Amino acid sequence: MKEMNAYEKALLHEVAELDALPVGAYNIRANGASAARNTTAHIDIVTKTDKPGIDILIKPGTVNESVHIPVIISESGLKENVYNDFYIGENCDVTIIAGCGIHNCGSGDSQHDGIHSFYVGENSKVRYVEKHYGEGEGRGKRLMNPTTVVHLGKNAHMEMETTQIAGIDDTLRKTTADLAEGSSLVVHDKIMTTGDQHAVAEFNADLNGEGSSCNIISRSVAKESSKQEYISRINGNAPCSGHTECDAIIMDQGCVLASPQLTANHVDASLIHEAAIGKIAGEQLMKLMTLGLNEKEAEEQIINGFLK
Amino acid sequence: MLELQNVCFEAEGKQILRDISLTLEDRFVAVTGPNGGGKSTLAKIIMGIDRPTSGRILFDGTDITDLSISERANLGISYAFQQPVRFKGLRVQDLLKLASKKDNTVTDACSVLSEVGLCARDYMNRELNSTLSGGELKRIEIAMVLARGTKLSIFDEPEAGIDLWSFQNLIHVFENMYERIRGSILIISHQERILNMADKILYIKDGALAAYGAKDQILPQLLQNQENSPCKVLTDKLADGKKEVPAV
Repeated sequence: MKEMNAYEKALLHEVAELDALPVGAYNIRANGASAARNTTAHIDIVTKTDKPGIDILIKPGTVNESVHIPVIISESGLKENVYNDFYIGENCDVTIIAGCGIHNCGSGDSQHDGIHSFYVGENSKVRYVEKHYGEGEGRGKRLMNPTTVVHLGKNAHMEMETTQIAGIDDTLRKTTADLAEGSSLVVHDKIMTTGDQHAVAEFNADLNGEGSSCNIISRSVAKESSKQEYISRINGNAPCSGHTECDAIIMDQGCVLASPQLTANHVDASLIHEAAIGKIAGEQLMKLMTLGLNEKEAEEQIINGFLK
Repeated sequence: MLELQNVCFEAEGKQILRDISLTLEDRFVAVTGPNGGGKSTLAKIIMGIDRPTSGRILFDGTDITDLSISERANLGISYAFQQPVRFKGLRVQDLLKLASKKDNTVTDACSVLSEVGLCARDYMNRELNSTLSGGELKRIEIAMVLARGTKLSIFDEPEAGIDLWSFQNLIHVFENMYERIRGSILIISHQERILNMADKILYIKDGALAAYGAKDQILPQLLQNQENSPCKVLTDKLADGKKEVPAV
């Protein structure tokens, strides 16, 4: 593995909590090229030949294994489009940790657009964790447009935790999922924007199989003059249950648009949406101030807890 | 320890507290009086949530009238809200940590939470969200004040919103607290059992200090006054009600 500089190491820590090479399968992509890779007896990683990206092949019956595929960009002005496809066999139980960190101290825009597709086999369980993080003092923007496509087989279960806490100027996150009989999808999306950042999150879930279910939960904080849009569509095409919830805190001149949409195409589709946007409740600040915190500290505690 | 000098409070053109002067030195003082009489406002004025329109507040000889909530909290005043606040994402242990200003081990949390009848193992990791019942939130609210262990602890109607069975336990909480707390307790309550624990009783009516003195002196008067019901419709209904009770 090529020696990483301090910035790159810090990015890797932010997005994947890695301070050393992980156990299990991994592929670390740094500045547009593979920097390190490991495969295991059950998990293979193959470089695509037709376009940038990798195929991650997980054999049926693989349990308690993990795959780390962090991406870091520290060269200003680098733009890339990466396709990562995950083929997860039947009866698996795996954790996939992805994430992208950009350090941009130059004047060119740095951009990473990752397209992740998941083919989850019957009865398999997948936990997918994705963190996005940007830093650097340069004038160049830090841009990320992640697309996630999920195909859940019969009785498969996937849990997604997606986080974007700091430093990304512009992002369009698209997540689409189709669910077969008995399968379930849970999404926890957390985002905080500051300055004049702009973030759009679009979710689309097709509940096609009988007994399928999905729960899409978003918590977001929009500070200063940042803007966020949250669009979540659930289509109930069979006897199924779906729930989508957007809970947002706005501060300063922040702006949040929440648009949960439900379509029931079957009489036994049970779908619910909730959305709440507001500033931090005055009584919450007051309570923490009676514990001795000043207003700013109280605000930080409330937001950290909200996004935890 | 705490002194109020001619404290008045006016909001939306309405006089809520009228010229209240008092000195608080005892370990357990209960504040009582009719609803809307200004009891909660008095507590909020002491904590700094509301600011008096005129008058001064002294705490241990220091004028705290112009100090913020946080400054008063750090000088040694705590306040348990009548309606505990919910926090999405903050757990019981997070709030106990903020209250006690240290990382609580299960043992630390246990010593505080057991005082209010909760098991630390079951509650440490619970979020203060809508999954907790009103009674549970109330106990956690009280536990936070206990965890701070300040010179003055104010409780605003701890019995409000608690069912009868939980209330019995809550009484024990305050009995224990009376024994163990290092500072003073100021408690707003309508409950005779709580008033009975007090060293002194403060009776507030129509925003004014109607009576203040030793429990043995004030409580009998208050209980007697209860007989003089406020309006004719009510007294007639009560009288009718009494008539209709069949003889056993």
